[in-house]
Amino acid sequence: MSTPGIRARLQLRYPGSESEFSLDVDTTFPGRGVTAIFGESGSGKTTLLRCVAGLVKADHGLLIVNDLVWQDKSTFVPTHRRPVGYVFQESSLFPHLNARGNLTYAMKRSASSDPQALYDRVMETMDIGHILSRYPGQLSGGERQRIAIARALLIAPRLLLMDEPLASLDEPRKQEILPYLERLHTSLDIPVLYVSHSVDEVARLADTIVVMRGGRIEVQGQATEVFSRIDLQSGFGEETGVVLQGRIVERDQRWHLARVAFAGGGLWVRDSGDPTDEAVRIRVLARDVSIALTSHDDSSILNRLQVEVAEIENDRDHDMFLVRLKAGQEFLIARLTHRSVDHLQLTPGKSVWAQIKSVAIVR
Amino acid sequence: MSFSNEDIGAIWLTLRLATTVTLLLLVIGTPIGWWLARTQSWWKGPVAAIVALPLVLPPTVIGFYLLLAMGPNGPIGAITLALGLGTLPFTFWGLVIASVFYSMPFVVQPIQNAIESLGDRPLEVAATLRAGPWDRFFTVVLPLAKPGFITAAVLGFAHTVGEFGVVLMIGGNIPGETRVVSVQIYDHVEALEYTQAHSLALTMVVFSFLVLLALQIFQRKFGQQGMVYGVRG
Repeated sequence: MSTPGIRARLQLRYPGSESEFSLDVDTTFPGRGVTAIFGESGSGKTTLLRCVAGLVKADHGLLIVNDLVWQDKSTFVPTHRRPVGYVFQESSLFPHLNARGNLTYAMKRSASSDPQALYDRVMETMDIGHILSRYPGQLSGGERQRIAIARALLIAPRLLLMDEPLASLDEPRKQEILPYLERLHTSLDIPVLYVSHSVDEVARLADTIVVMRGGRIEVQGQATEVFSRIDLQSGFGEETGVVLQGRIVERDQRWHLARVAFAGGGLWVRDSGDPTDEAVRIRVLARDVSIALTSHDDSSILNRLQVEVAEIENDRDHDMFLVRLKAGQEFLIARLTHRSVDHLQLTPGKSVWAQIKSVAIVR
Repeated sequence: MSFSNEDIGAIWLTLRLATTVTLLLLVIGTPIGWWLARTQSWWKGPVAAIVALPLVLPPTVIGFYLLLAMGPNGPIGAITLALGLGTLPFTFWGLVIASVFYSMPFVVQPIQNAIESLGDRPLEVAATLRAGPWDRFFTVVLPLAKPGFITAAVLGFAHTVGEFGVVLMIGGNIPGETRVVSVQIYDHVEALEYTQAHSLALTMVVFSFLVLLALQIFQRKFGQQGMVYGVRG
């Protein structure tokens, strides 16, 4: 029997309540890449992660991780026998050990056949060599989380679980750690389950997105696909937008621009320095997309794509419409006022021009 | 201030008793404290109350029932007789068992409090780092709860040194076997040997004061001002 990926059928009730499930999932997560588990607080994200780690025992559980049975009718592998790395939300470093001591704790118990090589690689990825002699109290929040991530990697996990590792950090610290997480993504060949309620983090890191609500999985799919659905984006506010997978195909040295080709055309972006032909992920926010019925050459807007209106839906939180636009095989989302939609007489099937004010390479 | 040979014998016996009891209590009290700190069982309340009983009962009550239990017709006595050990009252080991009961709350409660204040997180972290239950206890719980264990040991030792009523009930007054300092002082006073009584009594006062002072300083250093002699204030 072969089940690639992470087969999880987990149910958990709140003690004391008869009907309400705090967790009820039945799915298979991909066996590679970053799967972001996204949802509001109380949606069961952390509980799901704790069940996968074995910190909480689901009632009628089945959990098979890349062919290894961690839980079924007769088996419940305790946490310390599961090869999982776990990064907790807040600092979880042992206060009685310094940074090096915390890492050594993991090294001594590592499943790696060559712990030293692993250590060297992790050191390099997380860039923590200079802070090893400090105690947790002497480290910044960002440094603590980097040590915690390194520590989780040093046990040579077959699955990495991260429970909102950036949630306890302020914005500058988040921006400090995100590049390390992205680097992790390229250097790591194990699956990662990444719990988050930040649209920005998910847009940057996730290959697969799992949206949870009320303890259940509402949607699961490719990041680009999930981000193109306007029914899910309602309520994201300023962060509403799509992610597109593309490739740098051309650069304009004179104006420091690079052209990213994706399945729906090409977009000029500020040259990030990524080499030509590099696969990149770009993010186009709905607030940066406007609609014109004809192509204007007389504006500051660099990127114009001919698109077709696919779907129009009310934005939950604002008095706005979200308009889904089909560009080739991909989609864009524009956020427009009711008046604009009425004025331009936008209806599904209508061909229009999308003017894109700003595009960012996020990975 | 001078001590007779008998006084020194009593001091030596007291230290031997207190050390034995403290070591035994750390071994017995740790799992009890651990269980009380982490269980959600219905039994937590009754067990905690039983452990705390010696705090409120007169020593004579504890001594009386232990005397019955360790006697030839009591359950403990039946076991010791069956094992060919004789009966325990009026022996050093009878005194040890009685003291273990009597000093139990002073050891269990600081350990319980220390483990409770650790919370689940450090143990969960250690488990995800592949540390098994024993490994977690020795590498995480013990170092992080160390102040609680030290408080427990100091209080268990000091309280055993200071006991009197239980000793009289269980141990009687046998030189070298059960005649501890507190009993020796009593004997001196009975015999109107006030000078000797004074030497020993003052030694006890100074000893107890220094122990409690050391504990205060220690607890302040480790930021446990909320703990008064191991009991949460």
